[in-house]
Amino acid sequence: MNELSSNSQINIIISNEQLDVTEAIKFVTSKKSGAIATFLGNTRDNNLSRSVKLLEYESYQPMANKKLFQTAEEMLYKWDVDRVSIAHRIGKVPLGQTSLIVVVASKHRDAAFEACRYSIDRIKEIVPIWKKEYYEDGEIWIGSQSGVEFSSTKKVKT
Amino acid sequence: MISVTIRLFASYREIIGKSSILMNVSKGALVSDLLTDLLEQYPQLAGSPSKIVVAVNHEYQTHSYTLHMNDEVALIPPVSGGG
Repeated sequence: MNELSSNSQINIIISNEQLDVTEAIKFVTSKKSGAIATFLGNTRDNNLSRSVKLLEYESYQPMANKKLFQTAEEMLYKWDVDRVSIAHRIGKVPLGQTSLIVVVASKHRDAAFEACRYSIDRIKEIVPIWKKEYYEDGEIWIGSQSGVEFSSTKKVKT
Repeated sequence: MISVTIRLFASYREIIGKSSILMNVSKGALVSDLLTDLLEQYPQLAGSPSKIVVAVNHEYQTHSYTLHMNDEVALIPPVSGGG
C-alpha cells in the first residue's frame, strides 16, 4: 500500500512501512540548494499527560496524496524553495518511530525553515489523515471530540 | 434519481460501522440534502450536519455543491495527521 506521486520538484509518499529519511533527503539534494531543512514527526508515548501505548494513522489515500502534493506546491509558490519531499506513514506505528517526514531544499536557510514549518501546520489543516491513540484503558481518534480541541497540536483556521 | 458513494473514515467509520455507503438522491440534490438523508438513517452520527466537512471526488466542497451521478462524497472528520 505505497502511494506515490512525484515530479521534478515534489516527491510525496504515503506508506504503511517505515519511512526512509535518507531517501527523502536524497530526492531534494542538488547543487543549487545550499540549505536542507528536515522535520521528523515521531510517535510519542504521552499526550495531555495520558500514557500512549500505540498510534495508528488512517488516510483517505487518493485525497491525502493530492493534498500533500498541494501543500508542497504551496511551499514552492510562497517561498524560494527548490525541492520538497513529504512522506506520511499510515497504519499502526510503534512508539518512537517516524510518522511524518518533510524535507525542504532551498538556496538559503530562511526559506527552507519557514516552508518546512508552514507545511506541518498545513498538513494538520487540509490533509485527510487521522491519528488514533491507544491507551491502557481505551482508544480515541484525535481531533474527533465534538466541541473539544483535544489534540495538543496547533490548529490553523481556514 | 442519482446514486452517490459516501466514504467514511476514522471516527465516522466507527460510529456508522461501514467505510462506504451507496445512497440515492434526487436529481439536483445538494450535499446538504444528502447529509440530511444520511443523518435520518444514521442518527448516531449526531451533531449538526452543517458542521460536517465534505469532500466530493477528492476536493473539499461546500454543502451547497450540486451532486452528480457516481460522485464520491467523503465525510471528513477533523484531521489529525502530521506526527
